[in-house]
Amino acid sequence: MSDMISLRERIRAATEAQRPLLIRAGGSKDFYGGALAGELLDVSGLAGIVDYEPTELVITARSGTPLIEIERALAGCGQMLACEPPQFQGRATLGGAVAAGLSGPRRAYAGPLRDFVLGIEMIDGRGELLRFGGKVIKNVAGFDISRLMVGSLGTLGLITEVTLKTVPRPHAECTLRFEMTQPAALESMTLWATRPLPLSATAWHDECLHVRVAGAEAAVRAARERLGGEIVSGADRYWEDLREQRLPWLASAQELWRVSLPAHSPSLALAGQTLIEWGGCLRWLPGPRDASVLRARLASLGGHALRYRALARTEGPFQPLPPAMLSLHRRLKAAFDPRGIFNRGRLHPQL
Amino acid sequence: MNKVIERLRRALPSGAILSSVEELKPYECDALTLYRQTPLAVALPADEAEVVMVLGICHETGVPVIARGAGTGLSGGATPRAGAVLMSLARLNRIVALDPLARTARVQPGVRNLAISEAAAPYDLYYAPDPSSQIACTIGGNVAENSGGVHCLKYGLTVHNLLALRVVTITGEVLEIGSAAPDAPGYELLALLTGSEGLLGVLTEVTVRLIPRPQCAQVVLAVFDSLATAGQAVADVIAAGIIPAGLEMMDRPTIAAVEPFVHAGYPLDAEAILLCECDGTAHEVEEEILRVEALMRRAGARECRVSRDEAERLRFWAGRKAAFPAMGALSPDYYCMDGSIPRKRLAAVLQAIRGMEGKYGLRCTNVFHAGDGNLHPLILFDSNVADEVARAEAFGSEILELCVREGGSITGEHGVGIEKLDQMCVQFGSGELETFHAVKRAFDERGLLNPGKAVPTLHRCAEFGRLHVRAGRLPHPELPRF
Repeated sequence: MSDMISLRERIRAATEAQRPLLIRAGGSKDFYGGALAGELLDVSGLAGIVDYEPTELVITARSGTPLIEIERALAGCGQMLACEPPQFQGRATLGGAVAAGLSGPRRAYAGPLRDFVLGIEMIDGRGELLRFGGKVIKNVAGFDISRLMVGSLGTLGLITEVTLKTVPRPHAECTLRFEMTQPAALESMTLWATRPLPLSATAWHDECLHVRVAGAEAAVRAARERLGGEIVSGADRYWEDLREQRLPWLASAQELWRVSLPAHSPSLALAGQTLIEWGGCLRWLPGPRDASVLRARLASLGGHALRYRALARTEGPFQPLPPAMLSLHRRLKAAFDPRGIFNRGRLHPQL
Repeated sequence: MNKVIERLRRALPSGAILSSVEELKPYECDALTLYRQTPLAVALPADEAEVVMVLGICHETGVPVIARGAGTGLSGGATPRAGAVLMSLARLNRIVALDPLARTARVQPGVRNLAISEAAAPYDLYYAPDPSSQIACTIGGNVAENSGGVHCLKYGLTVHNLLALRVVTITGEVLEIGSAAPDAPGYELLALLTGSEGLLGVLTEVTVRLIPRPQCAQVVLAVFDSLATAGQAVADVIAAGIIPAGLEMMDRPTIAAVEPFVHAGYPLDAEAILLCECDGTAHEVEEEILRVEALMRRAGARECRVSRDEAERLRFWAGRKAAFPAMGALSPDYYCMDGSIPRKRLAAVLQAIRGMEGKYGLRCTNVFHAGDGNLHPLILFDSNVADEVARAEAFGSEILELCVREGGSITGEHGVGIEKLDQMCVQFGSGELETFHAVKRAFDERGLLNPGKAVPTLHRCAEFGRLHVRAGRLPHPELPRF
């Protein structure tokens, strides 16, 4: 409790002095978003699982708890986090995962991290300790502030505790491999997603498509027979490498773009390599690339792009917001953080 | 004639503005019929441009606006207010686009929930959330309330099945919220807007996710001699790593009420029955049904029946679906509550509710989404008997406050509306309520969109006197005591 009181006092003092704070725990996402600025507010000590009830499919932990520790506790009870958030060499924490809102390979089939957030405890810019949502699956009392925090990169307040919905681990899992061109892979992923198949991940790169199916033994067996392809042994390592962006050229790219597209979008036909995930909705492109040219191309397809990693952060990495949206974002930011002290510029240069 | 009505009439085509007493009558309440109020006028815009015009006029003149879908909401989210414009979105009822390969449907807010699945059926796709009012309720109302349904245990609530929204703000700005492409830039406004009960903006378009229809489904009907063992069976199924498509419980009074109507074959002497639906491929369902049956028996089910064909599956469900209408035979009125609790507390909370029946002199039956801990106690009363309405409301309040004490929520899927404003003071402290008001102001500075709903004022909570005290701090020291 004492650490809470001192955190609240520190935040209140920072607001009074209008002194920017940089919220940080594991530091695994220092590379992500806008440049780091402000006085360090280290919350890595705010750690530990508070409550885990396997039969409720709910886990509550303090925000500085390493994700790896949470996954270990869940695995011990045959459960997992559905969206496979990246662990960044074990440095990623629960609070950071929620603040960044990054999901892994299963996202396209199980839902994004946002879908699994049931409740949060946070400290706002006034130093108020607030609790939103709860520990039950269904709860529509009040605005959904818990999910609003997902992806806000700490610009709305300090997350101190998170409650997530967990899911059972699948009984069976199998990864299949197909030699395929990009258009053929896109078509296959699109078509399979319209069928009742137990897909749990898809990835295409280097003229090769990997498909993971997961679920009841019978369902996995039936899907395997239906899809064909070559069974990949030891595929866990592959999906882990994909989740952590450790696959060869992804890891070595000094600049990396993360492109989002609606389902059933065509091949982008851009120069250079492409790695495709999420049934075609996520495309990784090595850079450097001209942001405005790329974004103009994507706009016509209903997509958007984020400079995920770069050598220098001269401009905001996220897709710019239209004026009406930006002013709404600024009003929302002010509702939580009236003097603008939290993680300035991390999500948007003007937030 | 009133100046606002005059301006609305000039801006919109004839027949789009209703203002005579007879015309306004059908709009005086939603499905929470305890509360009625006649609005100043009803606006029936037919497209986004007309929605923008109505909001613009209301904003300029400072007249509150209440958006309404099909009026099936149970918490009074669309209850009118004197002097306000009620804007019905019923005429925005087009399915704009349906892309079977992208598995999305772009629809206007007045499209009925079931109509989306009907349009997707030729492609073997459907829209998963299925509130029990799905033949009538509209997607706009579903988004506003974040509606659930029988199958949301496995397939999620409305918020889990949305991709994008088009929203008009009170100042007439059109915003694109979310995106058909994953992880839209900026704050997670899609989730914030979902379940915001019409306080933040007015929907003009919704893009939903469609999913492949499962090849088959089967139901296990398990019969129990006590609520405690039925509650335990629910926990055991989940603990075994099974997420059924639906897991519903009915208690003895409900069984007695529905069986004479539907002849589903429910045993009348059972304390509780569970309906557990498994869906997927034929092999998958076979495997899961065997496991569920074994778990139910081990937990103490005295009997398990597995549906042998589609007709029997539907018959098993018939009683569950008819439960609310069947209450009409037991009582002239009923009050449907909507609390949620951790699953492990099911049996204890059901026992406690039974104990309250004597205190309030009213009966309460329970038929609900056991799998996700979402209770729907039905309090039976007769509004013609003096003070029964008041007793039913007090009974309901006590149930909801018990849900909060058990770690749950005052509303699982129906929303706060006007019905649960006082209970919001129990669930949240002043800091959280102030944050909700600040968020509201960020969207609607003058508080013109659906005012007085969903979030109570701090004064109301102070008057209600139940705002919870946290860490020994007296709530609202700044406010006068009443």
